Amino acid sequence: MNCCSPAAETVTRSEATRDGVPAREEILLASPIVSESLRQTELSVPSIHCGGCIRAIEGALNRLDGVIEARVNLTTRRVTVRWRTGAGVPPLTETLAELGYQAHLAEPVTDRSDKTLAELVRALAVSGFAAANIMALSVAVWSGAGEETRSIFHWLSALIALPALVYSGRVFYRSAWTALRHGRTNMDVPISIGVLLAFGMSLYDTLHHGPHAYFDASVMLLFFLLVGRTLDHLMREKARAAIKGLARLAPRGAMVERADGTLSYLPITDIEPGMTVLLAAGERVPVDARVQAGTSDLDCSLVSGESAPRPVTPGDAIEAGTLNLTGPLRLGATAAAKDSFLAEMVRLMAAAEAGRTGYRRIADRAAQLYAPAVHMTAFLSFLGWAAASGDIHRAVTIAVAVLIITCPCALGLAVPIVQVVAARRLFEHGIMVKDGTGLERLAEVDTVVFDKTGTLTLGRPILRNHDRSAAADLALAAALAAHSRHPYARALVDAHVGCGPAAVTFDRIAERPGCGIEAVSPAGTFRLGRADWALRNPGAMAIALEGPSSILSKDGELVATFTFDDPVRPDARETITALKRRGLAVEILSGDHAAAVERLARDIDIEHFKAGMLPREKADHLAALAAVRRKVLMVGDGLNDAPALAAAHVSMAPSSGADVGRNAADFVFLRDSLGAVPLALAVARRANRLVHQNFALAVLYNAIALPFAVAGFVTPLVAALAMSTSSILVVANALRLNLDTRAQQRPAAERKRTGRQEAPALGVPG
Amino acid sequence: MRVLAYLIPLSLCLGGVGLAAFLWSLKSGQYDDLDGAAERVLFDDDDRPLTSGQEEGAASPEAR
Repeated sequence: MNCCSPAAETVTRSEATRDGVPAREEILLASPIVSESLRQTELSVPSIHCGGCIRAIEGALNRLDGVIEARVNLTTRRVTVRWRTGAGVPPLTETLAELGYQAHLAEPVTDRSDKTLAELVRALAVSGFAAANIMALSVAVWSGAGEETRSIFHWLSALIALPALVYSGRVFYRSAWTALRHGRTNMDVPISIGVLLAFGMSLYDTLHHGPHAYFDASVMLLFFLLVGRTLDHLMREKARAAIKGLARLAPRGAMVERADGTLSYLPITDIEPGMTVLLAAGERVPVDARVQAGTSDLDCSLVSGESAPRPVTPGDAIEAGTLNLTGPLRLGATAAAKDSFLAEMVRLMAAAEAGRTGYRRIADRAAQLYAPAVHMTAFLSFLGWAAASGDIHRAVTIAVAVLIITCPCALGLAVPIVQVVAARRLFEHGIMVKDGTGLERLAEVDTVVFDKTGTLTLGRPILRNHDRSAAADLALAAALAAHSRHPYARALVDAHVGCGPAAVTFDRIAERPGCGIEAVSPAGTFRLGRADWALRNPGAMAIALEGPSSILSKDGELVATFTFDDPVRPDARETITALKRRGLAVEILSGDHAAAVERLARDIDIEHFKAGMLPREKADHLAALAAVRRKVLMVGDGLNDAPALAAAHVSMAPSSGADVGRNAADFVFLRDSLGAVPLALAVARRANRLVHQNFALAVLYNAIALPFAVAGFVTPLVAALAMSTSSILVVANALRLNLDTRAQQRPAAERKRTGRQEAPALGVPG
Repeated sequence: MRVLAYLIPLSLCLGGVGLAAFLWSLKSGQYDDLDGAAERVLFDDDDRPLTSGQEEGAASPEAR
């Protein structure tokens, strides 16, 4: 099944080069006990695609010793495994890796958000059931039922409406009450008052055998509003869950050597300064530490933005979150987890977020104007009719009609429906929206700030002088490089894929951490790595080299030079041009060296750039931009960008980035192309226009309907018709977003894969 | 009109059964993995939901 090849997924590939497989001890720490002798592990496997994957994974995991059952969830790309504790941890991730799936430990599903969604859907189902049944009875009344039948039907309607209003209405009463208690008003206040007044009024009329009852209107109002509310919630939670499913940056624990020489795997929070930590190649540094023994190379790209790996030797201080690439290290912890670099970043982010002026959702701003106007109109109609006719009952009926007619049914749907449609369009293009307000904020942007490493570039090196190096040399180098996880070595192996094997066979190959790889063969000793280590006489070479490079030598004599480059993301240049054409200012903020940043900036035609920036400086720069009223979109991936992402007006991160960064960003894009940025901007602006159109439609509808309501011409039938029509209009208008952006190209398979995921469980019985 | 006395309660009961069925299916996790369900329907063997963890060994995976 060729759709099943996980290597095709860019997410997996870039993650695979960064993170090793979680250790068994780590799995044990992350697996809660479900019942006696039973543990449950949640694994995130982003490359699960299709039914074939489900069968392969469930089949293989279920065959393992100790596994009770494994179940794949295709929607969330997760695997849940239950296993017996007696026999130790089953080789879950190893088995998946053999099948070709990269797995990460996932956070157990958080219950809170799920509960909110479940409550909304239940409320929606109940109100839908009630609305449909009451409507059936109302139609009979409108068709001219006799007085006795009408009275019975009204009583029945009241019986159905009461539990629905109590149960489904809670969502609104709660929020309205909270708002009122704090002296504010929101959309839920007129909703609650309208629904409750309409019910009370209708009950009074039913008791007195009156001709009109508004049970249908009040329940239908709840139903429509709950549809909007549920869609709004669904959209936010779904993307959030998908983002959580991706890899974690911080390890859960580390192997600690105690004073008596025994080893134990401790959770990261239990590691204290002074402890000795043993770190294997491929693991992330758990806490800030100093190297005691061993040499290695560290990948700092996520932490500082430096593109080249940093060699470390005993005595060097290293930060939590960096990835140990080549050799095992013995570390002395210098800080507890809560004082480490990672935690410091999180604190900076919190500070930046607190400093960001609270953004008020467009719907709330509308409600601020709308709610008082509605209350005032209803109250004035009541006063007017009471004064004019002296008939209190009639005055109340008309006030209720005004409240129902103006109740923001269409307004409640206006924003969420557009955002759901927009989020789905973006999802089809591999962009996840974390928050609906992100779309609103993105539409206002006038400046785009990019990080360099991992954002404008892919964050992994490729061989630059591919065509200039002889095939035989490359084959030789790749054969050596296959024994290392150093990024340059990986790049050499990648460049060699598909070419012939090396002509030389080696007797012994060893990696010298911090230096390179050495291989002994009958033909001589080959070395691949740093010039000063590989060459007997490196002095002359150092000048000839530009940029990061590796040397292949035989017995100390130069054989070949390989230079590397962190490749610019595909269509970065076009993206920048497209952004500039839209009149946006573009800048680069990078933690990398000035020379590297300047070369890239020249390449892709960006005039403004700043290099060597610390995380705090980035956040400060954004705050300074915000102070002069610029609305900034920050695009960044690393841990060092996280505070800046939080400080920006709106932010985007590639999925290959650090998860702290992903969590801070409003949008996450899954593909390699930077084209996601202008695309998201275009969709956001289009969505913004549609939201405003929807508001205009809703206001127009009110402007037409309100005079009738005030004049007393609105019967329950008219109210029901008017309400449905305005809601359908708004929904239809939102769907136009699909129509006119659909012309853009998009892979058919992608549509098939993502198209069905939206809006589960909206079917309503009754 | 006497027929209404039977038909209306009947229709309400039927609607109520539908509502109850929906709430049950929601609670039992039928909508947790819609994409997966769409694929699993094509499998030949029997499919069981994840057990609640108490009945160890009830679902014997090797039997598949």
